[in-house]
Amino acid sequence: MSTVQPTRPWVASKQDRLRDALIFVGAIVFTYLLVEVTPLKGKLAYFIVFFFSLMIANGFTGGLRFGFPAAKDAIIKTLVAFGAVVTVIPIASILGTVISKGYKGIKLNLFTQDMSMATPTDPLNNGGILHAITGTLTLVALALIMSVPLGILTALYLTEIKGRFSKPIKFLVQAMSGVPSIVAGLFILSAVLYPITKSYSGFMGALALTILMIPTVARTSEEVLNLIPQDLREAGTALGGTQWRTVAMIVLPAARSGLITAMILGVARIAGETAPLLLLTGGGDKVNPNPFSGSMGSLPYYIWKSFNAGSEESITRAWAGLLVLVVLVLFLFTSARFLSTRKVSR
Amino acid sequence: MTSLSDVANAVAPRVPGTRALGTGLEARGIHAWFGKHHALENVSLDFAPGTVTALIGPSGCGKSTFIRTLNRMHEFIPSAAMAGEVLLDGKDVYAPGTDVTKIRLQIGMVFQKPNPFPSMTIGENVLSGLKLAQLKVENKDDLLEECLERAGLWKEVKDRLGAHGGSLSGGQQQRLCIARALAVKPQVLLMDEPCSALDPGSTLRIEETIRQLSETMTIVIVTHNMQQAARVSDYTAFFLSDGGPGQMIEVAPTTEIFSRPKDKRTEDYVTGRFG
Repeated sequence: MSTVQPTRPWVASKQDRLRDALIFVGAIVFTYLLVEVTPLKGKLAYFIVFFFSLMIANGFTGGLRFGFPAAKDAIIKTLVAFGAVVTVIPIASILGTVISKGYKGIKLNLFTQDMSMATPTDPLNNGGILHAITGTLTLVALALIMSVPLGILTALYLTEIKGRFSKPIKFLVQAMSGVPSIVAGLFILSAVLYPITKSYSGFMGALALTILMIPTVARTSEEVLNLIPQDLREAGTALGGTQWRTVAMIVLPAARSGLITAMILGVARIAGETAPLLLLTGGGDKVNPNPFSGSMGSLPYYIWKSFNAGSEESITRAWAGLLVLVVLVLFLFTSARFLSTRKVSR
Repeated sequence: MTSLSDVANAVAPRVPGTRALGTGLEARGIHAWFGKHHALENVSLDFAPGTVTALIGPSGCGKSTFIRTLNRMHEFIPSAAMAGEVLLDGKDVYAPGTDVTKIRLQIGMVFQKPNPFPSMTIGENVLSGLKLAQLKVENKDDLLEECLERAGLWKEVKDRLGAHGGSLSGGQQQRLCIARALAVKPQVLLMDEPCSALDPGSTLRIEETIRQLSETMTIVIVTHNMQQAARVSDYTAFFLSDGGPGQMIEVAPTTEIFSRPKDKRTEDYVTGRFG
């Protein structure tokens, strides 16, 4: 009895892959020669020449084998691949720079000490950024506590109640998401700090961050809630639920992962925000557990201050602070992503 | 080949009102509008307790709109308006001061597409109505089993009540939605094309369920499948729109509608000459 072997005739054969590899290597060699011989210079020249030569070579071979449409297809494919590469390069190079410059400052004392007993020119094994890390976490937590309920309630008004003011509110929320952060900072400075509290504190900074975070949370939540099928709302109401019970028991749980994404995007919007914090928090060098009194440090403030101090040690500290900020944001993202995709189980 | 009237005759005739709850549902002079569009004109229809009434007619003739006026789901569409009375046990459900959530508890609904709540398990889905309406029940496990049993789903899911509703097949999901509607003990169950998204096997299961349920409640079912109307219903109402608002052309015991309809248009529709 003969058995039929499963095959994949559509997968590229060895010859195909060899040809593609040859074209790739050929384009590299051609690029190298062209840049060496002609007056073209620099990384950009390599990159552009390589791009065009690969595109033309791919298009030409495609055209030879299957005609003009195949040539166009090959050219567009190369273009799209390069687009993806061009997008990733800046991100990768930022990460690379931050890591390569920041790792030198990463020492244990960085996470256990603050800068109250250290000066900018002190060696790196003295002083740390504990005050900035706790400060940033406090600010983000406060802004989260204030903006998430407000943002989700706004989104519920727009999607569930659809009241008379939905249109102007929607417009205002959209306009607010474009407000420059310094404006939010100045607003809190003139509306709250000068007339009422008359002193710097973490809470003032958190208020400004809340203003910046609400539109992001509200808009994303609104989009998510609009994706919940109308069927589910009708089913809840048809079972004798009031609108509030239907929203609380069915709509919000169904939108749970999307709402968590809205929170992440909100946090991402504010975690590295600097301008309002410069105006409002005072940026102290000491760990301050009380956000309502006394100046409070934060990572962006610390980075700004250390770069300004100008000494070699303080600039290394600034890069280390940047690295910590990037890792912190990355950690928040992954943990929230993990929470939002985890299946509900009993 | 058997004709539709033979199918209808094969269903044992039932005596209406023997074991039903309440005194039934009456629609009097129902009109419905969407904005300026007059969708339904002057429909009066009585649903005797313990009967199954099928609403048939071509698409767009106002059948779904009509049953949505019965449990006040019509008002969910922002531009909707209506006129007329819907009497449940003699009281108008649209009367001022009526608690609309109570009305919807008494008149349950099963939708065209199965729509189990995605964030809940099978068991939670069945009992969700109790939580939504904040009702207290002595023994939840008994109620859960009873509802799933009556919806014909108990045997298939009893070992995985903690699984998600979405893990069931389409037909099972629809029976889950029926079980969910039963858990709040409605007097009347409205079904808006409950089998249109299902395969023939699941459709048969749901039809069996409908026949069993009709012993204890009043059922109104919208269907495009005339075989189905003939199989499950005691009465059939034919709706039609001649370009204007939808109207009810004729209502009669199901055997009569399929064997000797009074109106020429009904005859044309049930014999498949149009629609």
